[in-house]
Amino acid sequence: MSTGWRAMLAWAIMAAPCAIAAAATSTVAKAADTAALQRGEQIYTRCAACHAIETNRTGPQHCGLFGRRAGSAPGFESYSRALRNSGIVWNARSLDLFLQAPMQVVPGTTMGYAGVKDAHERADLIAWVSLATRPGTTCHPSR
Amino acid sequence: MNGQRPLLPQDLSLPSRRLALAGSSLVLSAAAVALLGGRDALAAGTKISAASLESDLRILNTALGAEYEAVAAYQVGAESGLLVKDVLSVAVAFQGHHKEHAAAIAATVHKLGGQAVAAKTRYSFPVDKLKTQADVLRFAAGLERGAISAYLGAVPLFADKALAQVAASILGDEAMHWAVLRQVLGENPVPSAFMS
Repeated sequence: MSTGWRAMLAWAIMAAPCAIAAAATSTVAKAADTAALQRGEQIYTRCAACHAIETNRTGPQHCGLFGRRAGSAPGFESYSRALRNSGIVWNARSLDLFLQAPMQVVPGTTMGYAGVKDAHERADLIAWVSLATRPGTTCHPSR
Repeated sequence: MNGQRPLLPQDLSLPSRRLALAGSSLVLSAAAVALLGGRDALAAGTKISAASLESDLRILNTALGAEYEAVAAYQVGAESGLLVKDVLSVAVAFQGHHKEHAAAIAATVHKLGGQAVAAKTRYSFPVDKLKTQADVLRFAAGLERGAISAYLGAVPLFADKALAQVAASILGDEAMHWAVLRQVLGENPVPSAFMS
């Protein structure tokens, strides 16, 4: 065996556990992501009295939420002035803040809901919503 | 218990007990709930600021909008032709409860000097996805599940504790609807010890 091959073999032997570990880590991460998304979908059921992904209900539709200015869901007319004027653009950070205590973050909002107090629950919810509200791919906004 | 009466808003205790005991069961009628709601705020204006009252009214109106929507959703289910007779009668009874909730909340909003929101002329429901009785029941169960969380999230926000009591009373009814619908669907009617 040449020195070069011996070196490669040595590298392979050393690297193999790392590769296996990396693959295992990736699988675990994927499983964790899947579990988080499932939890997020379950948490979203709490919103179902007023919200849906693809239709305006008592509250606005969520399709296309990310990157949207608060108070601008297509076809939804019942926004509070407070939310319309809040200047919020919905993203993971603003949702995390708002969902913690909607009426404190935007006094005057019609979303009379104490909030999702658990940070892990909010993270799971936001992760699922970010996936489920992609217009043209996972949802189609109503007009 | 230490022998003391539980603390109730002063002007609530006797009328509410009379109202609660008036029927054959201890279930409050819509009229009773309407009378309960807002009494605290009306009688004790100094305790609740105008801002708190306005906030309470906003929460009530959001709940009212959702109740109107639930009434409309049950109407869609009732008219779908997908429900067998016994299930239809239960759905209509649940719809009746939502009508009572709406009437009670609207009356309370008026009583507090607010303007109650009106039902929408048109609602958007996923009717194209309702192909079987189970689809209809699952859709209704989803709304009821959401209603439980909505009221649960509203209860601690009311400045007027009598309104929180009303919301909790409605929450209990929504939870019963949800459990019954799950039972009919063959799902565990009470899947957990706590709701959130």
